[in-house]
Amino acid sequence: MKVIIDEDKCVGAGQCVLAAPDVFDQRDEDGIVVLLDALPPDALRSQVENAAALCPALAIEVVK
Amino acid sequence: MTTSQPLTGTQPTVRTCPLDAPEEYRALRAQAPVAQVTFPDGAEGWLISRYEDVKTVLADQRFSANRPTLTGGGAADGAPPVRPGWFIFMDAPEHTRFRRLLTGEFTVRRMRQLVPAVEQIVAERLDAMAGAGSPVDLVQAFALPIPSLVICELLGVPYADREEFQRNSANMLSLTADAEVVQGAWEALRQHMHRLVRAKRAEPTDDILGKLVQAGELTDEELAGVGSLLLFAGHETTANMIALGTMCLLENPDQLAALRADPALWDDAIEELLRYLTIIQYGLRRVALEDVELHGHRIKAGSLVVTALSSGNRDTEKFSDHPDQLDVARARGPHLAFGHGIHQCIGQQLARVEMRAALRALFDRFPTLRLAVPAEDVPMRHDMVIYGVHELSVAW
Ligand code: HEM
Ligand code: SF4
Repeated sequence: MKVIIDEDKCVGAGQCVLAAPDVFDQRDEDGIVVLLDALPPDALRSQVENAAALCPALAIEVVK
Repeated sequence: MTTSQPLTGTQPTVRTCPLDAPEEYRALRAQAPVAQVTFPDGAEGWLISRYEDVKTVLADQRFSANRPTLTGGGAADGAPPVRPGWFIFMDAPEHTRFRRLLTGEFTVRRMRQLVPAVEQIVAERLDAMAGAGSPVDLVQAFALPIPSLVICELLGVPYADREEFQRNSANMLSLTADAEVVQGAWEALRQHMHRLVRAKRAEPTDDILGKLVQAGELTDEELAGVGSLLLFAGHETTANMIALGTMCLLENPDQLAALRADPALWDDAIEELLRYLTIIQYGLRRVALEDVELHGHRIKAGSLVVTALSSGNRDTEKFSDHPDQLDVARARGPHLAFGHGIHQCIGQQLARVEMRAALRALFDRFPTLRLAVPAEDVPMRHDMVIYGVHELSVAW
């Protein structure tokens, strides 16, 4: 599973951090998403897909 | 309206059960998910009732948030002036400029750091309630002061000013106070924000307003506007979720018992209460900037479009498992209570922290908490933009 984020779209809502804390974080300065793990293990798939669905700005894409 | 189609009715506002969304939404979702209606304030436009469509509209920037007021106002032919700093009514890229300045202050991590301060505020209110003795009005004694004091903390309102600040924010929201008192409270708060901004220019502080001042990107007018937007958007909303959430749990004793048996459920319970109660009861208003097609309907440029969050949150297409039941153990799914798209609530992590701290501590402190009046007699905020209770008399 590969995760792609779009920093320009992110509105810093933090939904992804709550849904998949091992994969997403937020920058302290401006709250914008930080990808901790671009190739997360399959065990985290449902968390990551949930994060993508929760993101209000459609800033998270899950490939494969 | 410049369309040949007849109006299909009015926006549903009447609830059969005080904790359920109006029943007509069920039929609208099934038969007229994009309906032409008259809104309670007389404006005409489109009502969007399905979960997926609500998300589609709120994520689509062809629908502008620049509408005159939260409640009023029809289609904008000529953008209305937005109060300085009120980015809730701005579109990108102006909106982005303000939002980006603030998101760093509302991250999940920052809000977790606030937990001890919030718990302290909650504990003090509970002490005061215990001191006053049963019964009390939970709204005045608990639900309203908590978010007001938390916003003081966030904005860096000095302790000496907090009582005045709180009195003014209570009066600003009061229904029973004279119009003059309400107006006076608004004005006093506005001046208070300006004083705060000036003080922080003179002496830098480590709170939101202090940091915004130092960032040097906003004028004093804008800074005071951001401060009052945070108060306006974060006070009554959170207060009503605390009070209505309490009533809802008292009315669903099996769910409360489940929470007592397994406190690890609280996080999911808060999400479920947000979904189930959806206090922004009439939904969110947008104005189409150009003609947009939706389910075969042509929404003309300038039309008002309302996304019914409360209906989307009860949509069986999304929440297949009895959406009309409160289920604190429900698998957490994306609900619409904080909106969607670029305006999705910036204070949502703070609201979660406040609700969890307040509700948990309340039920821990008063294990025998109960309504002091029959549920039918609780005055509900039927005709208010933010749903909830006007008063909640509780005993223990
Ligand atoms: C349970 C409590 C709350 C609920 C249900 C709630 C709900 C909402 C909703 C639905 C929106 C979207 C409005 C739109 O798209 O037109 C919103 C935006 C906003 N909320 Fe909240 N809110 C809550 C608590 C808070 C708190 C605690 C704060 C701050 C201290 C806050 C500050 C804001 C701000 C500034 C916006 C505008 C964001 C933007 O335009 O980018 N809210 N809120
Ligand atoms: S959920 Fe989306 S908007 Fe929110 S922080 Fe994560 S990427 Fe950004």
